[in-house]
Amino acid sequence: MKELVVISGKGGTGKTSIVASLAWLAEKVVLADCDVDAADLHLVLTPEIIRRESFSGGKRARIKAGHCTACGKCEELCRFDAIFFDGPGNGRQDRTFRVDPIACEGCGVCAWFCAENAIEFAPAVNGEWFISRTRCGPMVHARLGIAEENSGKLVSTVRTEARRLAEQRGLELVLIDGSPGIGCPVIASITGASLVLIVTEPTLSGLHDLERVAALTRHFEIPAMVCVNKWDLNAETAAKIEDYARQRGLASAGRVRYDRAVTQAQIERKSVVEQGTSPCAEDIRAVWNAVRTAIETSA
Amino acid sequence: MKLAVASGKGGTGKTTVATNLAFVAASQGRSVAYLDCDVEEPNGAIFLHPQIEEDRPVGVAVPKVDADKCIHCGKCGEICQYSAIVAMDDQVLTFAELCHSCGGCELVCPVGAISEDQREIGRLQAGRAGNVQFVQGLLNIGQAMSPPLIRAVKAAAPPADMTVVDCPPGTSCPVIEAVRGAEYVVLVTEPTPFGLHDLKLAVETVRKLKSPFGVLINRSDVGDLQTRAFCDRSRIAVLAEIPDVREVAEAYSRGVLAAEASAHYREGFDRLIERLDKEAAK
Repeated sequence: MKELVVISGKGGTGKTSIVASLAWLAEKVVLADCDVDAADLHLVLTPEIIRRESFSGGKRARIKAGHCTACGKCEELCRFDAIFFDGPGNGRQDRTFRVDPIACEGCGVCAWFCAENAIEFAPAVNGEWFISRTRCGPMVHARLGIAEENSGKLVSTVRTEARRLAEQRGLELVLIDGSPGIGCPVIASITGASLVLIVTEPTLSGLHDLERVAALTRHFEIPAMVCVNKWDLNAETAAKIEDYARQRGLASAGRVRYDRAVTQAQIERKSVVEQGTSPCAEDIRAVWNAVRTAIETSA
Repeated sequence: MKLAVASGKGGTGKTTVATNLAFVAASQGRSVAYLDCDVEEPNGAIFLHPQIEEDRPVGVAVPKVDADKCIHCGKCGEICQYSAIVAMDDQVLTFAELCHSCGGCELVCPVGAISEDQREIGRLQAGRAGNVQFVQGLLNIGQAMSPPLIRAVKAAAPPADMTVVDCPPGTSCPVIEAVRGAEYVVLVTEPTPFGLHDLKLAVETVRKLKSPFGVLINRSDVGDLQTRAFCDRSRIAVLAEIPDVREVAEAYSRGVLAAEASAHYREGFDRLIERLDKEAAK
């Protein structure tokens, strides 16, 4: 079983639209949406949820106002500016301390050192993950709660479940939609993968972000290919990006031209290759052929 | 005025809006600070061309264990929620990249065997871009945790009439860190199903942070009318709608500010600043 992860560095380069098309073209595939804090793949693949699980990535502190003596130890020790002296009064104290659940990192230091045992420290629900049925195959996806932490752990959960599903059903490929950037969720989505496909765009920002994301795949020693999406918006920069990729030993997966059919397909909740023949759909088929060949020969 | 420019979905035009706002406000004679808090992929410098005058590492605190003092009580491993310090029978292992710098292990150690060390996670660069005071963070490759670097960038902000924070995409911890403390948030979106879905998440996020906000619809003539309808239905201020213009997209691709490439855009940003002044005064 192989894992192909599609990432981009820069956001909005067309990563998810390309994943939706690859999902349609690939056979024997499990889909995994690892862009857990702005997941969009389900908007095209319209999954039917068959299993739903809550996700807890860590714990969170809560001060029981009735027990608080307002000594201020928690506020003194908290390194995350998560404790405020604006909690409700309790008969002995006019006001008590309160944990801001958004700022709380779940370290538990306040609870450990509270002399009154007034701080509850219990697992927090940070999101949900799902196993679904789609027209392209089974899909594992998730929703991180608003303003929640631990997106990396949720990404790892989605990947593990997707791999398990592939093994159970004898499917050969896990196709992963990653998130933008180079931080925690991206690292969690690429480590140990068979191949990374980097989708970029022909802008200076696209090139700059490609440099950083390519350094990341090199850092973790994962083979990577580059696809320049919307290449005809700036042919010169597209060529520059391909040169850069070549110098860095990244294989080219081809170019995809700019086509408003992509947005139209999104509005119709289809991938662009499903929608029919368009020049851009042909480009994506060629990208898939290049990627498939690379993945078949990958370790 | 402390503004944050955020988006939910990536690639909707956050950096375009943030850099043009900073540039146009500065050319009106205001003192302006631009903070690039998209530390994983900072792109503001491509458009603002700053002269970097200060460049320093940013570190986070991680534990250092003095093996001679350690009595193997195991308390450090017990308090750590991140598996960053693991106490075994005969030794203590630390995993610096998992550490959140809460300081718990040092506090809990009964014999003072744990002290703090600094681990570099990125760099902070500051300087000037014309009349704009510029600060950016650059996360080191392979580092997972960006919030401490975002905090450092915000702490290094010079005083200014207008501070523009260019935020990372998404809705999780890095965004929260970047948006926290903003007096007004501009959410940049595009009128597509992906853009609208992620806008709704971004709206929930800023509502949770209790920040006043408005929406800017970029590439407003691409896609459908659902985004505008959502904003109207939810009584969300639409600050501006910017059509998709090829000359501007090309200027962007070359690293040129829209307000420099087109007088029409320059006027658009003048109007946006006027609108933001009014919104922030509410």
